Amino acid sequence: MSHLVLDGLTKRFGGFTAVDAMNLSVERGEFISLLGPSGCGKTTTLQMIAGFVEVDDGGIRLDGADLVSVAPNKRGLGIVFQSYALFPHMTVAENIAFGLEMRDVPRADRDQRTREAMELVGLKGFADRYPRRMSGGQQQRVALARALVIKPALLLLDEPLSNLDAKLREEMQGELRQIQRSIGTTTILVTHDQHEAMALSDRIVLMNHGRIEQIGAPHEVYDRPASAFVASFLGKTNVLAATGDGQGAVTIGGLALALPGAGKGPLQLAVRPERLTFAQAGEPGLEARITGRIFQGAHWQFSADSAAGVLCLMRGNNGEAVPAEGETVRLRFSAADAAILPAGAAA
Amino acid sequence: MRRNGIPALIFHGLFVVFMLAPLLIVCVVAFTPEGYLSLPTRGPSLRWFRAIFDYPEFIRAFRDSLWLAALSSTIAIGLAVPAALAIARYRFPGREAITALFMSPLMVPHVVLGIAFLRFFTQIGISGTFVGLVLSHIIVVIPFALRLVLAASYGIDRRIEHAAISLGAGTATVFRRVTLPLILPGVVSGWLLAAINSFDEVTMTVFIASPATVTLPVRMFLYIQDNIDPLIAAVSACLIAMTAILLFALDRLFGLDRLFVGSGKG
Amino acid sequence: MSGVVTQRNAPFLLTGPALLVFLGLVIIPLGMTVLLSFYDWGQYKGIVPDFTLKNWIEVFTDSYFFEIFMRTFRIAFLVTLAAIVIGVPEAYILNRMSPAWRSAFLLVIIGPLLVSVVARTLGWALLLGSTGLVNQGLIALGLIKTPLEFMFTETGVVIALIHVLIPFMILAVWASLQRLDPQIENAALSLGAGRITIWRRVILPQIVPGILSGSIIVFALAASAFASPAIIGGRRLKVASTLAYDEFLNTLNWPLGAAVATLLLVALVLITVGSNRLIERRYAQVFE
Repeated sequence: MSHLVLDGLTKRFGGFTAVDAMNLSVERGEFISLLGPSGCGKTTTLQMIAGFVEVDDGGIRLDGADLVSVAPNKRGLGIVFQSYALFPHMTVAENIAFGLEMRDVPRADRDQRTREAMELVGLKGFADRYPRRMSGGQQQRVALARALVIKPALLLLDEPLSNLDAKLREEMQGELRQIQRSIGTTTILVTHDQHEAMALSDRIVLMNHGRIEQIGAPHEVYDRPASAFVASFLGKTNVLAATGDGQGAVTIGGLALALPGAGKGPLQLAVRPERLTFAQAGEPGLEARITGRIFQGAHWQFSADSAAGVLCLMRGNNGEAVPAEGETVRLRFSAADAAILPAGAAA
Repeated sequence: MRRNGIPALIFHGLFVVFMLAPLLIVCVVAFTPEGYLSLPTRGPSLRWFRAIFDYPEFIRAFRDSLWLAALSSTIAIGLAVPAALAIARYRFPGREAITALFMSPLMVPHVVLGIAFLRFFTQIGISGTFVGLVLSHIIVVIPFALRLVLAASYGIDRRIEHAAISLGAGTATVFRRVTLPLILPGVVSGWLLAAINSFDEVTMTVFIASPATVTLPVRMFLYIQDNIDPLIAAVSACLIAMTAILLFALDRLFGLDRLFVGSGKG
Repeated sequence: MSGVVTQRNAPFLLTGPALLVFLGLVIIPLGMTVLLSFYDWGQYKGIVPDFTLKNWIEVFTDSYFFEIFMRTFRIAFLVTLAAIVIGVPEAYILNRMSPAWRSAFLLVIIGPLLVSVVARTLGWALLLGSTGLVNQGLIALGLIKTPLEFMFTETGVVIALIHVLIPFMILAVWASLQRLDPQIENAALSLGAGRITIWRRVILPQIVPGILSGSIIVFALAASAFASPAIIGGRRLKVASTLAYDEFLNTLNWPLGAAVATLLLVALVLITVGSNRLIERRYAQVFE
């Protein structure tokens, strides 16, 4: 049986459906990200799990028990808020111990667990500081410790890293992942940052307009986008105009590929920029003219005009010479790297 | 955000009744057809509103109050704008003390100010004159003008002025074309708040007004001291109606919360 | 503009005019008032500029003055207390309303601030009189048999002053409520706190500075209020400011009136500055 189950979860605000009959099963110890643009319903979903927003329809079950009818202060979930929502009038230790106090944990036990939680997040020696006197990264650690110390059944993270600068965010991502692994708490992260979702999660739930677009491991959703929305939301992607013969062969300009399952007539293929390569002399390929070239250190980024559309491609910087702007090249990719987008999906 | 529960809404309802009851009762009593204080149970009558015109001193006091409010708040704004700019952008010795001094009329009891002005004006021979009223009102309304202009001045990005200078504008031009337009909302709302406070001031003014120059609130206060009758209710009702109209206009133009609450921080 | 404006003299040129006005119209008149309190006065000789401590000795030794000052501060204290008890929950309720309702009720709360205090107090005089609506209502409800005495009593003055001053408390508390993290209640909720615990442990401690600064304003204004005590309290129930008024405009004993006014000013300055200091020291660590 799954640890957490969302069953047809629905929330409407007036005439607007924020979350539309959402189904999701989360296994124990999993790290799940709800990823999507703002307004996609990911935060509302989290708030329904937390109990801050009433559920209009459907259910939430934790270990088989109904969660919707439980008061938010009895759910025992750990939550890290985007703004951290630390109690500014309490010290770090008082903040962390608050949840234990609410559970009437005896003093000695409380102090011990608070100390352990502070060590876990690397805040040893900060016990008597007030939150306002701490950096954003440190406040974030306090918020995490406060949520974890109550040994929550679920850890809910609401855009926890969005207020940190890029370098610190990357550092915290690594740490968050490592802490979550070590304690094994089932975690749900809400984020609009695809890199964060990919770096942290076991599975990503891609949401748009209150519906789930795709669920899968980060590399799965990246490589096999189920829809044009997923393809364009996750990283850069090229949408190529192709023609199928109905028997599993597809032609893209001068390039012919065997793609079982491709239909007959015009269709669209999604290919990641880093999967497009320059064809060797003599190899077949899609003819294209380089229109732009940007050096990015570890790799080169090209834009090219082709019969299948304007394309973007990446090449690792291995020290070899690269085509210049204005040059005509031939491009190729393997059939395994092309995802056929559902018909009617406009890019 | 969670919604308020039923007990909270009942509390709120009682509070609103508490806030509005004294204003409503004045307006209702003003319409009485009787010659004494009573509710207009026989239907509303305008007799006491017509009666106001038989007492020209109320009309004159009203006119004087308007002039006083306009003059004193205009001069106060004229003093507050340069002072606010200096306080907002320079760090100079005595800056805190000067700010505290300019805000002090808020903390000094108006009775004390009234006594001080009475003593001072008697000494220099302008006691009971309109000039004396204007001078004293400038002082009591400066804090309101200064606070709002100051809030607006803190909000200015000085690089905008530097951009104007780099484009060839002189000091006067920068002020007229860049700085003043930027702080104008603060100046206008500061002026309004100053004018309202001048118009309503009674405690200090009661000391320095004379039968020849008296403001409307002082006129009303002195009248109530002698007797309370439907006439004074009618005068008050007019004042309340005017304030209500002004209030809606202000709310539409500026937003009341910005005028009163947000003035501390940009 | 003529003359050289530099970084160094600009602030003084800009604040100069206002500074001169304050020197001439605040510092000098207040100084003269303090000086006046040390002058002699007689029924027939009028004000005599001889230095004497007579007025101060009278103010400090005569139980009549002591009683009036005690009453003044008792009224101010009760008004402040009531303003906290009523104003804090009201500010909280206001803060939880939807923006549209909130701005509508803000009109109701701020509006009376703009209405002349004379008109507002007149309303209370009409409501609280022995045949006023409050007494009629209480009798009709069968709660009382004979009308309660509100006019010329401290209770009446306190009620009128709560009405006049409570907007200041609500605005001060509301300002501090707006600075709260909107998620802070949810955070406490998720950690297992109930409604009352959240109020006591999370909300209240954070808005105490707002309550205190509102209290200072309300207390200072209540202690120096004039029109409401004069109209509701009448000649019979004097407070410090109406006492000073009578000395100046009825008895014409200006030096004694000046002593009363000076004492009121000094007492209020000490109380407000003192409590401000206390608040700043107590909360400096938590709230910058």
